[in-house]
Amino acid sequence: MKVAVVGVGQTRMGEIWEKSLRDLSLEAGSLALQDAGLEGKDIEALFIGNMSAGRFIGQEHLGALMTEQAGLLPIPATRCEAACASGALAFRKALFSILSGHHEIVMVGGAEKMTDLSTGQAVATLASAGDQEWESHIGLTFAGLYALMARYYMEKYGLTREELALVPVKNHMHAMKNPYAQYRYEITVEDVINSPMISDPLRLLDCSPISDGAAAIIIAGEKVAKKFSSPVWFIGGGHASDTVSLHGRKSLSSLSAAIKAAEIAYRQAGVKPKDIDMAEVHDCFSIAEIMAYEDLGFAPKGKGKELLISGETKIGGRMPVNTDGGLKVGHPVGATGIKQIIEIVRQLRGKACNQVRDAKIGLAHNVGGSGATAIVNIFSREGG
Amino acid sequence: MHTSSVPLYWRLQKSKYGLFGTKCLSCNTHFYPPKPLCSECRRKGRVVEHQFSGKGKILTFTIIRTAPEGFEKQAPYAIGIIELDEGAKIAGQIVGPFERLATGKRVRPVFRKIYEDSDDGIIHYGMKFVIDGKS
Repeated sequence: MKVAVVGVGQTRMGEIWEKSLRDLSLEAGSLALQDAGLEGKDIEALFIGNMSAGRFIGQEHLGALMTEQAGLLPIPATRCEAACASGALAFRKALFSILSGHHEIVMVGGAEKMTDLSTGQAVATLASAGDQEWESHIGLTFAGLYALMARYYMEKYGLTREELALVPVKNHMHAMKNPYAQYRYEITVEDVINSPMISDPLRLLDCSPISDGAAAIIIAGEKVAKKFSSPVWFIGGGHASDTVSLHGRKSLSSLSAAIKAAEIAYRQAGVKPKDIDMAEVHDCFSIAEIMAYEDLGFAPKGKGKELLISGETKIGGRMPVNTDGGLKVGHPVGATGIKQIIEIVRQLRGKACNQVRDAKIGLAHNVGGSGATAIVNIFSREGG
Repeated sequence: MHTSSVPLYWRLQKSKYGLFGTKCLSCNTHFYPPKPLCSECRRKGRVVEHQFSGKGKILTFTIIRTAPEGFEKQAPYAIGIIELDEGAKIAGQIVGPFERLATGKRVRPVFRKIYEDSDDGIIHYGMKFVIDGKS
């Protein structure tokens, strides 16, 4: 049996003080239903990716709450959590519910409301995706964890500060045309290297923002999906784990969970890295995108910067990455994995804000924590 | 906001204050923080307590300038990943002037205050690292 995405919807990403987690989720879900041309009664189950509503807004038990909010009672609802990879995890669980024969049409949402807290509180909440007893407890933040990887990588492979800045420069350029993006302005290498230091060597413009937002997709089994005009088919996926603590890892310059997840996804899809027409990668901090090029097989180990400098990962290049702006569009952590899938669906439908010409196959790479969870999903325009 | 409660911290006191970890007698892998199970040897492993010297070298480091709640008054502060001489790696704060920070430098442990829960809350202690005088 095959599964396809048949509807997508998302909110704007950003500091959306006037809207609650419930409001944002309802908005994204309603847009996905409209896009699919379906009604609420067609949805058989709901899966929602969310990292930490319990700490961000003091609310747990989101599955049932969102079902109630969407007026979809009494369908079953499941909340999925794997830090910043919660969205892709929810997609996988929804996928399995169809592949197992339990459901035919399922909604998958991802949502996070992060700006009700102060920056210090939000940073502490995000740090709980690291090892609370051994990393967060000494004051290590997420920017700090990626900064530790950045310095290690830069010294090992000779990546310069200016070269690293090309990641946010590219993604800001892509986000200019994205109506949902939190930031829509161009930046230069000078802007990046002169922005405030957050955690050496990472500066403000290397970091994804603290955001509110929600995204939703509707997926369906083959029989139903074939009735839609432009279904986007899931063709392969992988999910792997690593130590939650960064210090527990064998490598500090790659994410072994991402390498493993990609290997499984490529094998299941029967495609190779060179077959991918565009990718959404988890660029929570700029170093993460360069490591992702290598972990996903787009560039050999240590050569990710050459792919970046060549311009091939820009729109118009041979291998466009983060065509919607990546996590520079905002990073409401639970929503990100679904937002990535939405961009791939738009690209494969030929209706993206930065359209890749004749895009047939897209890949999404969603990472939780500093690399403890990695989920890679591959989609195709054809295959139904 | 920080969730390191008194009982949680009390449980970790021995390993945090005395650098007690574990090692597997079957494959000689050392674990700090302590792990009760050797993932390589699994049921064939023989995991026993091991006290680390805390001496090691800096593999990578950063200076935290935007701190989480509870650490704002300490910022900026340096954190490194230290490779202990026995082979285990640990994240720890590195005290001393930032100018001396460099990868590869030798460090030794020092007992320090980690943070205070609040003005009238408990004080959390533990190990930080200091760069060896010679290096």
